[in-house]
Amino acid sequence: MALVGRTAMWWARLRSPCPAAAPLCLPPWRPAGLVAGGRLYSSRGKEKLDMSMYPVESIRNFSIIAHVDHGKSTLADRLLEITGTIAKTDCNKQVLDKLQVERERGITVKAQSASLFYNHEGVNYLLNLIDTPGHVDFSYEVSRSLSACQGVILVVDANEGIQAQTVANFYLAFEAQLTIIPVINKIDLKNADPERVEKQIEKLFDISADECVRISAKHGTNVEKVLQKVIEKIPPPQCDTADPLKALVFDSTFDHYRGVIANIALFGGEIQEGHKIVSAHTKKRYEVNEVGILTPNEQPTHKLYAGQVGYVIAGMKEVTEAQIGDTLFFYKQPVEPLPGFKSAKPMVFAGMYPVDQTEYNNLKSALERLTLNDSSVTVHRDSSLALGAGWRLGFLGLLHMEVFNQRLEQEYNMSVILTAPTVPYKAVLSSAKLIKEYGKEEITIINPAQFPDKLSVSEYLEPTVLGTIVTPHEYIGKIIALCQDRRAVQKDMLYMDEHRVMLKYLFPLNEIVVDFYDALKSLSSGYASFDYEDAGYQAADLIKMDILLNGNQVEELATIVHNDKACATGKFICERLKDAIPRQLFEIAIQAAIGKKIIARETLKAYRKNVVAKCYGGDITRRMKLLKRQAEGKKLMRKIGNVEVPRDAFIRVLKRQTDK
Amino acid sequence: GTLCPQWPYCRKRCSYCNFNKYVVPAVDEAAVRACLVQEARTLLRLSQVQSVTSIFFGGGTPSLASPHTIAAVLEAVAGAAHLPAGAEVTLEANPSSASPARLAGFRAAGINRLSIGVQSLDDAELRLLGREHTAAEARGTVEAARGLFPGQTSIDLLFGLPGQSQDAWARGLAAALGLCDDHISLYQLTLERGTTLAAQVWGGNLPAPPQDLLADMYQTARTMLVAAGFRHYEVSNFARKGALSTHNLSYWRAEQYIGVGPGAHGRFVPRGEGGHSREARVQTLEPDAWMREVRSQGHGTRRRVVLSPLEQLEELLALGLRTDEGVTHERWGHFSPQLSLEAVFGEPGEAQDLQQQGWLLLDGGGLRCSARGLALLDSLLPDLLCQLQRR
Repeated sequence: MALVGRTAMWWARLRSPCPAAAPLCLPPWRPAGLVAGGRLYSSRGKEKLDMSMYPVESIRNFSIIAHVDHGKSTLADRLLEITGTIAKTDCNKQVLDKLQVERERGITVKAQSASLFYNHEGVNYLLNLIDTPGHVDFSYEVSRSLSACQGVILVVDANEGIQAQTVANFYLAFEAQLTIIPVINKIDLKNADPERVEKQIEKLFDISADECVRISAKHGTNVEKVLQKVIEKIPPPQCDTADPLKALVFDSTFDHYRGVIANIALFGGEIQEGHKIVSAHTKKRYEVNEVGILTPNEQPTHKLYAGQVGYVIAGMKEVTEAQIGDTLFFYKQPVEPLPGFKSAKPMVFAGMYPVDQTEYNNLKSALERLTLNDSSVTVHRDSSLALGAGWRLGFLGLLHMEVFNQRLEQEYNMSVILTAPTVPYKAVLSSAKLIKEYGKEEITIINPAQFPDKLSVSEYLEPTVLGTIVTPHEYIGKIIALCQDRRAVQKDMLYMDEHRVMLKYLFPLNEIVVDFYDALKSLSSGYASFDYEDAGYQAADLIKMDILLNGNQVEELATIVHNDKACATGKFICERLKDAIPRQLFEIAIQAAIGKKIIARETLKAYRKNVVAKCYGGDITRRMKLLKRQAEGKKLMRKIGNVEVPRDAFIRVLKRQTDK
Repeated sequence: GTLCPQWPYCRKRCSYCNFNKYVVPAVDEAAVRACLVQEARTLLRLSQVQSVTSIFFGGGTPSLASPHTIAAVLEAVAGAAHLPAGAEVTLEANPSSASPARLAGFRAAGINRLSIGVQSLDDAELRLLGREHTAAEARGTVEAARGLFPGQTSIDLLFGLPGQSQDAWARGLAAALGLCDDHISLYQLTLERGTTLAAQVWGGNLPAPPQDLLADMYQTARTMLVAAGFRHYEVSNFARKGALSTHNLSYWRAEQYIGVGPGAHGRFVPRGEGGHSREARVQTLEPDAWMREVRSQGHGTRRRVVLSPLEQLEELLALGLRTDEGVTHERWGHFSPQLSLEAVFGEPGEAQDLQQQGWLLLDGGGLRCSARGLALLDSLLPDLLCQLQRR
């Protein structure tokens, strides 16, 4: 390919160690046979790149946004190949998705960046691609990435058309006033219908069909046209190298050897090794050790200039020092800080406990290390009588929770007990005593054990989300029924074309947090898509439901529920508990209660006879072994009143309903 | 000490039985006899048991052996240790191999007590159990046995068969009461892995008896037997006129016993070789292998494990609490001279809780289950073991 050749020639010119006889030689930081995804330090000790040859006018900063599985990562792989950033091989799959969990699930969790070099009409361009996560749980990462961009490529599947997340991502970019380049991907598929998708784009986003680029990222068809559009349509960043340094921290990672690596976008000035910089947020001073670009691995450069995107290492020891949204500036040359971001807000809370309490310290250190790289997880110490010492963690959503758990298992070999997820409720206190105690009137309740009594509360609040559902119209009836069952209120309904409908509903968050997505997928044969955004709090008739065993409260099973759902939830928990507790010497009443009122009950009958019939001298060895094992088991039981409950009984009840 | 010779052969497999038994076309009885005799001599010498207080021929189907074999083993015992004239010598018998003539032969050989595997007095139930005999044949055997061993004939009955109703069981038991002598063993059917019956029930081809029905059947039986003058002296055993099985009682009292024959279990102190600790012993399971070992080394002991003092006490609890006398202070003191029953179970803890709830009793007689506690012994034991282990 001529262009690849050109790019490579350019590399050869830039990188003197490359023999001229090998025009297709690789960029110097990339050893032949590089395994995609491995974090390499091969750049160290090598010559640094000179970034001064890329003035602001030849820089384009952009993201790719798409609904999950619409081909965002595949397009990124092709762009990296075409620009010679990575070698063109058959095994470039999700190059920017470095985590094992990302590759396994085919999703992007952590935003990554890559600088691409591309010659267009004789001009060398620096194109900074800032990859974004594809799932709703990670939309905070999307908006964070967009803040460093001037434009986006909006990828839509030619077969599936616009999906819920396409809509959400479009509005994120639109509200940020970014240039949007619509791209219709997978035109090679048999069922591809790009005309229909173009019409949807026109109707929903008011973008002319002529603007759309039809591509197949898989086969590379028209991908270069996308690059050309990026250069032609997306404006260069508006900033000047002559201004004082003004760098936005839009992401950060933690490296065990080098400390915090902050990803930055320069909105003014330049930065290089030895510079003294200050964090606008912490006011702390640092000395720059290294700057560079991401290719996508770190590649040191002499300097970074205004408009460029790269990384800085400056002796920050903790991730919290590199606050996302922070502005870095020169010591003695303070600037007006850039508007920061709202920090990621946990939407889902769950208790996390070691399977075995002796593993507590190991889990603690694993959690500390993992949260270094995922500052969106909030961690509070917690303890439960049944499960021992642990934590209450806050996640952005259920997928985030699963991904975090999976990373704990895969990267730290930890196995944990995760309790049923809950959402952050609020209470407006009316009791003067409590207000004084909490120091505020409105409190957030993340653990049902802390639910304040109705008498001292003027109003309970529950978090809500605005959900977007895109579905083929034949499923509408079922979906509306599902939404009503989830206490949702319809806000909008729009036919995108003859076949597809977009619905908007205001949902109480707790109604969708566990199994809504699965239910939606199953009743629409997988065709409906769903996305949501935070929609604040609404007043709700919340109550705390206790679970009792023979009248004694089981603290770890207390739940906050909406009054309308109390009976059904209570019945469900009682039934599960009945299956999980073994019969005992006496009858056990398993009850769900609201205050003093019993709303559900199951009865576990007493054992009446269990003595083994035949026991002579014969082989009592085997019997003794069994009895001793039972005796050992007794020591591990949690006693609630007289009732002995095996620990796994709680796990079975607390676990998500879908794990039945 | 007591002796338990095993005859490992059966003519047919019963659908519920998972004992160590072998169905072979021809048994070389002389060879098996010689080995039983030799092993009995070896182990009696090893145990240094002075007096053999009871003998129980079990199996397999020991009534398939000839009276001559029984006599040979008894002679060997009498030659190696003291066998008192009144010692209880029981033979397990199947109605299908216990004609009046054979029974007379066994009596002449030295048997003085018979335990007959009647199992049921209903032909359909007998077929379900895979038994070879009919109810009428069982009746005939019991009647003949009562003539030959008056007051010393016991019958076995099974309850909780798939599909069996409470009424059917009560009727069967009433019929058995009209037939029986002074000792009855009532066993709740246990579905054992590897048996035809268990496979049928677990495979869904036969109904599993509900837990509550089993408890009712047990309760009904106890009431009927007690009304008929029987003493419920062990979980599954009833006797009147003092006809308790002394052999089985010595098991439950954790006395020494010597297992002889393929797959036999024993518990004794091998003083003959200088041992001081009670051992759990198992003889080789497979008859031919067992015989080779007996011929070459005098015995076929496959496994011997020294029981720690704690393990001995655990066994004593698990066995003793099955009886109505429970674990007496005397038996406990035999195994634990330092730490009394009160010292272990009289303190606040599991045993006291269970006493308060009416499952257990600790008094001058010792530690024992209440009548309703007995049916739930398997739930009480783990608690008691926990408390014991803490001492």
